[in-house]
Amino acid sequence: MNQIPLHNIDVSRGFFVRNRFLILRRMVQTGVLALFLIGPLFSVWILRGNLSSSLLLDTVPMTDVFSFLQMLLAGHWPELSALLGVLVVAGFYVFAGGRTYCAWVCPVNPVTDLAAWMREKLAIKQHMRISRQFRVWVLLAVLVATLISGSIVYEYVNPISHAYRLVIFASFGSVWFVVAVFLFDLLISRRGWCGYVCPAGVVYAQLGKLSPLKVAALDRQQCDDCMDCYKVCPEPQVIKPALKGEAGGVSPVISDSACTLCGRCIDVCDQHVFSFSSRFAQMAEKSL
Amino acid sequence: MLVNRRQFLLDSGKTACAAGLLAGGVLAYSKSNCALASQALRPPAALPEEDFLAACLRCGLCVQACPYDTLKLARPFDDAPTGTPFFTARKVACEMCDDIPCAKACPSGALDNHIENINDARMGVAVLIDHQHCLNYLGLRCDVCYRVCPLIDEAINLELQHNARTGKHAFFLPVVNSDVCTGCGKCEQACVMEKAAIKVLPRDIAVAKGGEHYQLGWEEKAAAGESLVPNELVLPVRRPEGL
Repeated sequence: MNQIPLHNIDVSRGFFVRNRFLILRRMVQTGVLALFLIGPLFSVWILRGNLSSSLLLDTVPMTDVFSFLQMLLAGHWPELSALLGVLVVAGFYVFAGGRTYCAWVCPVNPVTDLAAWMREKLAIKQHMRISRQFRVWVLLAVLVATLISGSIVYEYVNPISHAYRLVIFASFGSVWFVVAVFLFDLLISRRGWCGYVCPAGVVYAQLGKLSPLKVAALDRQQCDDCMDCYKVCPEPQVIKPALKGEAGGVSPVISDSACTLCGRCIDVCDQHVFSFSSRFAQMAEKSL
Repeated sequence: MLVNRRQFLLDSGKTACAAGLLAGGVLAYSKSNCALASQALRPPAALPEEDFLAACLRCGLCVQACPYDTLKLARPFDDAPTGTPFFTARKVACEMCDDIPCAKACPSGALDNHIENINDARMGVAVLIDHQHCLNYLGLRCDVCYRVCPLIDEAINLELQHNARTGKHAFFLPVVNSDVCTGCGKCEQACVMEKAAIKVLPRDIAVAKGGEHYQLGWEEKAAAGESLVPNELVLPVRRPEGL
């Protein structure tokens, strides 16, 4: 550890390398949105519907797992299409890492990322710390409310749905729900919405518990404690066990399901500590 | 240990309460939003409103499937619960497509995609809501609502009545058969008045329901083949005693 000079900036890493996953994520996020949008705009129907439920190439149904859960609790048993749709989506995220949805698809992510970025630029220090468990309680409370009311209540306020309706269905009033999340993250709590409140993220995190795809601090002995990864991470609590767990025999794989697999830590780390990896990475290492 | 446990329970309790309050707020907001449901006209084959709000995923597949842009996905401040499909008859009525693409597109079954015949759709019911200003009720031959009805002479009929004002003309009064009307809204859209005299209302509002035990004598008679009451009914004579 000591032989590595502190904050050894790798000059060979240019802007694109330092932001490759960020750029890739923005491309995926806008790409998915664009596929939905070219239907109503240019009658090119690759994806119909919105993130709540959709149809790919008029064949593959896809249904949001959280919306589906709410529908069941509201007391409706769906048609085959939504059943298949939820299997497709859940199946995908079980393998692709549950909260990849949050970092790579969710339209609120660029909004909260922007809020976090502006926080840095404007040096806003005010931060309301809330328990990470809050979002789990929000999920439970929302599901209970759904059960009581027999109606899909959360979809009236869900900023994810509102953001998509705003763009695809020109639902301009929806902008206020997105703005509210932005202001909450900017002025009240740093990375607060996704980190403490959003119940959809909890659902997808549960799906990702068994996912083989993980981020891992495979080269953690290279770490020079520059803290850059903590600064950019939307869920910084997930890093420490993997990054600093060598002495305790903890796996370098970031196993916490709160990790959104955004890859920002891989982007910013000049020591090449992090990489996309599989949850079995350490086992493979050991067997070598 | 005890303090830790107490602290843990306190913290969890606080978090849970806050989450409960938040969900309560969402619930209250959704209730106020659902109040709008009473005015919204739903796509063909929609489940009854309460079931519809449990089933609709708010995906907009029906809206995108509608070839005439009749269906809209309700936006905040629209007259329908946010995110659900509805149409405004006065602006764009339902064209009653034979293949019913909207219902077929629904992934959840909020619109029943087993519907075979669009004439079985019950999106609402047309009501001639203002007799005072309807041109036909004034004795003129407007008839537009009657002419545009896809189920002319079934869903809307013209009933003749003597026009006492002129003494020699007839009123042709548009009368809706609420059992047949699909609620497509063509009549409301076409009404020549500045504000429509005939309007499509959700069936919950516009259609009456008799008591479960009501029987219609003539129907019972037809079913039984004869009158249920003897033809020569002898009623007891009741009068004060001693008279």
